[in-house]
Amino acid sequence: MSTPTLLKDVVIKFAGDSGDGMQLTGSQFTNNTALLGIDLATFPDFPAEIRAPIGTLPGVSGFQLHFSSDRVYTPGDLCDVLVVMNAAALKVNLKWLKPGGKIIANQDGFDSKNLRLANYPDGVNPLEDGSLHNYELITIDVTKLTREALKEFTTLGMKEKDRAKNMFVLGFIYWMYDRDLDSTINFLNEKFGKRDDILQSNIKVLQAGYNYADTVELFTSRYQVEKAKMEPGTYRSIMGNQALSMGLVAASERSGLPLFVGTYPITPASDILHDLSKLKNFGVRTFQAEDEIAGITTAIGAAYGGSLGVTTTSGPGMALKGEAMGLAMMLEIPLVIVNIQRGGPSTGLPTKTEQSDLLQAYYGRNGECPIPVISSRTPSDCFDAAFEACRIAVQHMTPVILLSDGYIANGAEPWKFPQSEDLPKIDVKFKTELGHHEDKFMPYMRDEKLVRPWVVPGTAGLEHRIGGLEKQNITGNISYDPENHQLMVKLRQEKVDKIAQYIPEQKLDAGPEKGKVLVLGWGSTYGTIKSSVSELLAQGHSVSHAHLRYLRPFPKNLGAILKNFDTILVPEINNGQLVKILRDVYLVDAKPYNKIMGTPFMKSEMTEEIKKYL
Amino acid sequence: MTDTINNSLPKLTAKDFATDQEVRWCPGCGDYSILAQVQRVMPELGIPKEDIVIISGIGCSSRFPYYMNTYGMHSIHGRATAIASGLKASRPELSVWIVTGDGDGLSIGGNHTIHLLRRNLDVNIMLFNNQIYGLTKGQYSPTSETNKVTKSTPSGSIDYPFNPLALAIGANATFIARTMDRDPKHMQEMLKRSHAHKGASFLEIYQNCNIFNDGAFEPFTEKKTKADETLFLEQGKPLIYGAERNKGIVIDGLRPKIVDLTEGVYTESDLWIHDEHDFYKAQTLIRMFDDVNIEGHFPRPFGVFYQDKNKPCYEDIMALQLEDAIAKKGKGDLDKLLRGYEVWDIVE
Ligand code: SF4
Repeated sequence: MSTPTLLKDVVIKFAGDSGDGMQLTGSQFTNNTALLGIDLATFPDFPAEIRAPIGTLPGVSGFQLHFSSDRVYTPGDLCDVLVVMNAAALKVNLKWLKPGGKIIANQDGFDSKNLRLANYPDGVNPLEDGSLHNYELITIDVTKLTREALKEFTTLGMKEKDRAKNMFVLGFIYWMYDRDLDSTINFLNEKFGKRDDILQSNIKVLQAGYNYADTVELFTSRYQVEKAKMEPGTYRSIMGNQALSMGLVAASERSGLPLFVGTYPITPASDILHDLSKLKNFGVRTFQAEDEIAGITTAIGAAYGGSLGVTTTSGPGMALKGEAMGLAMMLEIPLVIVNIQRGGPSTGLPTKTEQSDLLQAYYGRNGECPIPVISSRTPSDCFDAAFEACRIAVQHMTPVILLSDGYIANGAEPWKFPQSEDLPKIDVKFKTELGHHEDKFMPYMRDEKLVRPWVVPGTAGLEHRIGGLEKQNITGNISYDPENHQLMVKLRQEKVDKIAQYIPEQKLDAGPEKGKVLVLGWGSTYGTIKSSVSELLAQGHSVSHAHLRYLRPFPKNLGAILKNFDTILVPEINNGQLVKILRDVYLVDAKPYNKIMGTPFMKSEMTEEIKKYL
Repeated sequence: MTDTINNSLPKLTAKDFATDQEVRWCPGCGDYSILAQVQRVMPELGIPKEDIVIISGIGCSSRFPYYMNTYGMHSIHGRATAIASGLKASRPELSVWIVTGDGDGLSIGGNHTIHLLRRNLDVNIMLFNNQIYGLTKGQYSPTSETNKVTKSTPSGSIDYPFNPLALAIGANATFIARTMDRDPKHMQEMLKRSHAHKGASFLEIYQNCNIFNDGAFEPFTEKKTKADETLFLEQGKPLIYGAERNKGIVIDGLRPKIVDLTEGVYTESDLWIHDEHDFYKAQTLIRMFDDVNIEGHFPRPFGVFYQDKNKPCYEDIMALQLEDAIAKKGKGDLDKLLRGYEVWDIVE
């Protein structure tokens, strides 16, 4: 066999019907790639319906993986290889394939029925009519070959056999990229260990796919991508929601506060509930509430009792939680509200990504209700962001909103995970008795951070009442006094503003301190901006990149940074939200760059946009 | 279950449970009596004051926590039940009381009420039912009788009212009782029973709003009519009522029937014997909810309709699951969690 051809960078997309197991195939190939030390980023692309009619365009599910021996920051704009299990998958995804790219097509998915469902005109089969001549087309009859491989598995019905089709494709791709099958065989053992026939049949088909590629030698060459030059250390593969869950658990461990998560299932946040519900041995209590409001209010109840209270949701749920967020803010108790943003408004685009809840996080409540907002930028960064959200919440006695989004929630990347001892301790002190100068407990007495004491029920001698009505300063008694109300509104605002003194200053991610253009992003646009800016820097342009974790309050040096650039460009997956706030806070003529298509920016379009200002 | 008094505690009195806050209900409001009974009963429960938490929503009744020198939260409309659920689930050792009303607990917060009951957290719901919205100054509520003329229903309300106890039993509540503001002794007993019940207790308290719905419960509370219009349930005792204790309830097939004990046809021994552990009897009793103006209507029952002592509580099972997970997997190891199943090393 010839030695594999070395490639630097590959983007591959697996696409098929949502029942074809493409997410599993993609994540298996991802793990296999990660374990070799190759850098990567993924982008799973789910259909909105769980089970759209089989074979139709809305039913197509995709998984894109970008892997490279260089550092990778995005899942890639266009793919080099497109794996399609049926005609609909080809139709939906062909426009994302590079000219000359490879198509690996499952022949059986292009029968007359599938072609009709994919809206190809009568008698037209793209695999046969030469319309794909600009691509390298490899057609495999996956169904037939899978069934053949499983001839001896007489206990399995035809449907069960066909379910293993994705393993054939995976085996085939493993051969193509010169991989071994161990990681997936281990996975199958874990998953199907209890059903030997299913386990053996999956392994058999996986090997059949591999051997088929080997025997038929459809390719002149195999390909290999080498290890990326990453910081030395131990890595694992991580998805955003997974990292976020772990960040919450880590904050619970490092603060000594038991974690309580009150939540209602919603796409794309539910995986956090799933993950955390398995971590009961960490003392994690997950409460699947009757609705979004009960999600947050049970968390408020738990926080009042001294737990690390968290609620998780997405945009529509966030809207429902508004009043309760206001209560937490008035009570001045710690609470973390996680919003995995998705396309809105209303039900919007549940499975697509968007950054359109920033204004909601900022302003979406009645009254003057400032709540700190922070955001995560990559899948692994969700860990740090969650940890930091918890720290701010408990140390500043305030609800904190953490914004992630569907793109990083489900995306994966390698993560040089931390050691628990390297994580900072989160100091929390409950007040347990009166100080010697106090003769009565004052629930709204503040310290130098303007933070009030946290007293939990069960503390003798400090019994007190709190609530959503306006408080008298210091005593916390109900007060309708006009001066007091103004004072309290200002105090609550100042308390949030003061957090700026307890967070790191803003740093530039790349580029000179002063220059023509500063690309200022937040959240999941990080990878694309980083890739574009580093390319433009390499070409000698004057461009810099800063990425905000802290959106409210802003880092105290942000205003000064903005003054150092001719143009501030603010790319967002929304209709212009951060840009509005920046203009308001800093009176700066920041330029918006917006995409509202439910998908991340592509690097090429980002680069083009930045160039307009260079 | 009986109350145990913890002798090591200093003996508290009703005064110890009062706060320095001026009570702001309208003079004559039924809430005063409820507050007094709660303050009277609390010292007898043997719980340290600091372990008691009273959580309310919004409405006249929801001012309650401010007047109780325990821990307390006056929260937002309808959500006291959910807040209490989170607190109890995470701090099972606390004694958690919920103060809500017919608007707060059955309208805007109806969802949380039924789900709390279904989950059977060991908390006590006191639902002050005055059949009106008091705080917003007099609109009909979900327990107001049909055709009620109020500020928002000048032509009479169209909705049919909830029977709160039927809702509770529909949600499989494990303790269901009714009492009234004008019967302090009975209320005290019901409060003690609510507390003693291990599980979610649902106590409906008829409360007169003398400003917007005065006399709503008059037939049941006033001396003249009380004996004939009410039926006080006692465990193991026959269902007898009436000024002369001359009326009773028998079971006729599947239906309850009112009988006259003076006619010589029925005697006490024929009557329905109250059994608060009988789910089917409870359902029938709860449905005795007739309009007092209807000829031959049933008396309105008060007391404990139903108690299920055997259903485990949510927070206990939750705690067990945690213990179980630790027993099976060992106490969570953060480093193991961060590491996951598969890792790889990058060397220089
Ligand atoms: S309005 Fe009615 S319920 Fe409210 S305080 Fe006055 S009397 Fe009591």
